[in-house]
Amino acid sequence: MSGLSLKYEVPGDDFTRAGEASSDVKRKLKKLGYDPDAIRRVAIAMYEGEINMVIHAGGGQAFVTIEPQRVDIVLEDHGPGIADVEKAMQAGYSTAPDQVRSLGFGAGMGLPNMKKYTDEMTIDTEVGKGTTLKMTVLVNHKS
Amino acid sequence: MKISDVAAILDAQVLVEGNMDTEVKTACGSDMMSDVLAFVKDQSVLLTGLMNPQVVRTAEMMDMHCIVFVRDKVPDATVLRLAEDRDMTVLQTRYRMFTACGKLYDAGLRGGCEKE
Repeated sequence: MSGLSLKYEVPGDDFTRAGEASSDVKRKLKKLGYDPDAIRRVAIAMYEGEINMVIHAGGGQAFVTIEPQRVDIVLEDHGPGIADVEKAMQAGYSTAPDQVRSLGFGAGMGLPNMKKYTDEMTIDTEVGKGTTLKMTVLVNHKS
Repeated sequence: MKISDVAAILDAQVLVEGNMDTEVKTACGSDMMSDVLAFVKDQSVLLTGLMNPQVVRTAEMMDMHCIVFVRDKVPDATVLRLAEDRDMTVLQTRYRMFTACGKLYDAGLRGGCEKE
């Protein structure tokens, strides 16, 4: 079976819509009969990424490829970039403004969560240009 | 216990019915959705004082079945509609977070993340 490729626009100006793409991917994986644990890991990692794109980068695009043994997620934005990736990966470190915290996010858990729930994750970022985040969830892998 | 038991224990209003017969064993109380996404595994009930649609989305990603809004907070129609679309139960209780969690723990619900 060749992979199923999906593309989503993640709007940057509407916090209430953040998560729509992840929700759609989750529904599709459920329909395709994927393992519930793998579905949850894909959904959480992509959702955190989507929230990050809305909070920090003014939105972006999400590309998802679904294959029998793996799900690949690429999140691309043209936001401010991440100045210190190592710091951003630390649990609890956040540059999100207080207003974001009042929405229930910005606890500095986004990137650490994505790393925790995926099997591979790479961050390609440049200050002033944007960030591309690639994540892979292996379907038979048991976390 | 069933979600209907959660509603009874918390003397809660049922804002969205969902499936009240669903069995639940674990719960999580937090206003920070990032924390819910980080530390929760196999949780079924989310207690929160946060009032935006991301509460429903977070619960959805975590496969949770029931959201309890504490301190008598009333979510807006968007929140309720999202929950309805996902077949989730939404409850509203007058109890504050600490008391609501305590009552459910006392009745047998557990955190699910650690050995208790």
